[in-house]
This record gives sequence, structure tokens and C-alpha cells, in this order.
Amino acid sequence: MEISRRDLFTIGGKLLVLASAGATLEQITGAEPATEAYKMADHWWGMIVDIDKCIGCGNCVRACSNENHVPDGYFRTWVERYQVTEDQQPQVDSPNGAIDGFPPSTHTGVKSFFVPKLCNQCAHSPCVQVCPVGATFVSPDGVVLVDQSYCLGCRYCVQACPYGCRYLHPDTKTVDKCTLCYHRITQGLTTACCENCPTGARQLVDFKNPKDPVHEFLRHNKVQILKPYMATGAKVYYKDLDGSVR
Amino acid sequence: MLHTAYRPEKEMGLRRIFTDSGHLVRPAVVLIAALGIFLIIRALVIPKAFGQYGHYRPAALMEIRQRPIVYAGQDQCVMCHDDEAKTRAAGKHAHVACEACHGPLASHANDPAAHVPKLPDVANLCRRCHEKDAAKPPGFPQVVTAEHSGGMTCNSCHQPHNPHL
Repeated sequence: MEISRRDLFTIGGKLLVLASAGATLEQITGAEPATEAYKMADHWWGMIVDIDKCIGCGNCVRACSNENHVPDGYFRTWVERYQVTEDQQPQVDSPNGAIDGFPPSTHTGVKSFFVPKLCNQCAHSPCVQVCPVGATFVSPDGVVLVDQSYCLGCRYCVQACPYGCRYLHPDTKTVDKCTLCYHRITQGLTTACCENCPTGARQLVDFKNPKDPVHEFLRHNKVQILKPYMATGAKVYYKDLDGSVR
Repeated sequence: MLHTAYRPEKEMGLRRIFTDSGHLVRPAVVLIAALGIFLIIRALVIPKAFGQYGHYRPAALMEIRQRPIVYAGQDQCVMCHDDEAKTRAAGKHAHVACEACHGPLASHANDPAAHVPKLPDVANLCRRCHEKDAAKPPGFPQVVTAEHSGGMTCNSCHQPHNPHL
């Protein structure tokens, strides 16, 4: 094919104009400003867990599974039973995530307690830091979420989470995790697990709400987060957490 | 020597840059065109407002918020079932939510006639909370069901909404 220099310049020029038009298109079409009642900037979500109130009934696990259609054998929240003797490693069991509660303990004369676990909604989340495509993120109101349509399923985040709170959904092949019931808390409801906890062992809290009982709770109780040495900025505070819990 | 034989005159060299510059301009145009195509594809592929709040697609927030609710929540139940709510408020189960025992019932709250809830399976339901286990907090009421009831279901003696006898 014969192309004259004039042709080349004309085609090149046209392409340039198209390119700049395309680039500006991206700038013009931004998202519409939010006009509804829920303002993300006014919230900073977390949870408090009172170990001494947990009875290991597994209501939270069932509620989470129903609310979020968690596939069988996978858990966004689960309950562990710790049985700690003085001189040995603690024994931990969580039969099927405690979705049907626990069988009565066979151990006697040991310190034992239940520990409900879930995503710690870290402010400096390791899982978010490793995502190569921006599919997982901390929302402006402090919830770690996964964009299902953007996730590649590479599982970097599954490995990065120090708390084991992520899994690859067997059907969608994308990563799934606790959303802190984002669809509920943004409508003024509490999470499914907190709604169904019969003893109030777990409680959704909003750190930015000055009237939230969390401020009183943190002032009057000895609390701890899981794996504080990892500096994840976890926002799930445990009251009376034993040193053996990992 | 070959080199000296082909070396052009000084003024001849300047002229050659302009006359034979086609081999520079053509790749330059191709490069610019490629850059243009790259920018167009980039603008089309990157979602709207990507990066508005951070390195992610802000529309994902709304998509997650629009997921269906399965547990209606306490306030919805009490709006109709205020008799049961009053009975419960007087007893030890005052802080146990309706759906903690009755299961997820947002479908019933949205359309009470279409979805009629089933009665809970009492034999397993009560045991999950009240079966004796050393890991449970000592103050929490627990029984060894095999010794406690002699095979009778819990609700043959205890009224679940206010269980005290």
C-alpha cells in the first residue's frame, strides 16, 4: 500500500484529536453526587465483642450465612472454643464454624471460653494493600469490601489477611468476606450477627457517633484487638481476651 | 578508504537531514497514533469515577448496599407482634431478638400472607444456648438436658417468650 507523507500527517492528526477527545471524556463523565440520607463521612464502623458473654450458640454464624448466602463450608464469621491448660498449647475447636453450636466439652479442669471471629475491618488493611487491581478497599466509612465485578480471583488478599477472614467463593471464583452487613448498616439496621446474638456479646459500633455506647465501653473496660503487633488498625475490640487467643 | 569515499560535504549533510527525514517522521506519527489509541482504550476501560474515594470503583459501594435484606430486624417484628414483644420484655429473654429463634423473616415482614413462618425446632433450639458447657460463662443458665427434662420438650414447661416458671 502506498501512503504519501500528506496522508500520513492527516491520519495522524485525526487520531490525535480522537485520542484527546477520548481522554477528556473520562474527565467529564464522573459519578453523580450522593444526595441521600446516609453520609459515609459521618461513620466509622467497628465492633465490640464481649468474650464473657459469648455462649457459643452459633446464632451469629447461622445469621451471617442466611443473610449473606455464604456457601456451605465457608464462613464470614465463626466461633472458636478455646480450652487452655497451664502447661500446654491451647486446644481450639470450631466444628463447622459452630454453625450448629458446640457439642458439650469433654475437657474438665481447664480454662475454656468462646471467641467469635470475623473480619476485623482493619483501617490499615494488609488485604487491601496487596490487591493488584483495586478490587478490595476500605470504604470511606471504614468497612473493608470487595468489588465482585472487579476481582480477578488471584487470592493475594486471602493470603495476606492475618486473621483468615477471606475465601474464594466456589461459584463466582471471586473473593468473598464479611461486609459488616454493609447493606444493612447503611439503612440503619445492625448486622445480622449482632441482631441475632442472644446475649449481646457482639455489638456493632460507630466510632464517629459521639452518642455510641462504644466510647463508654472503651473507657471502662480492658480491651484488646487480635494480633496488635501486626499494626493492622483492627476495629474489632475484644473485652477480656485471653493471651492464648490468636 | 570506504569512509572517506562516502563522507558527504558539510552543507550537503544539513540538507540531507531535511530531504530524507521521512524515516524519522513516519515512526513518530506511528508512535503518536499508538499513544492516542492507548489513551482511547484506557478511557473506555477504566470505570467512571475510578479513584474518587481511593484506588477502587466507587459504584461498587452502591452495588453492595443494594443487596437484599434477609433479617427484618427487631423493630419490624414488634410493629405487628406487640403482644409477644410485651411478654418477652417482662422475662429473661427480653434482649433476645425475635429472629434469633424464629429465623430470617424479612420475606414475611414484606408480605405476611405470602410467607408464613414455621415454628422453631424447640428440641435443638433451646439446647444450643442452654446445654451445659464449661466454656459458657458461669452465670449463664445451663442444664444437662438428658438429666433435666427426661425427654420432654422444653416448652412443655417453659414458655419460650418468658421462660421463668
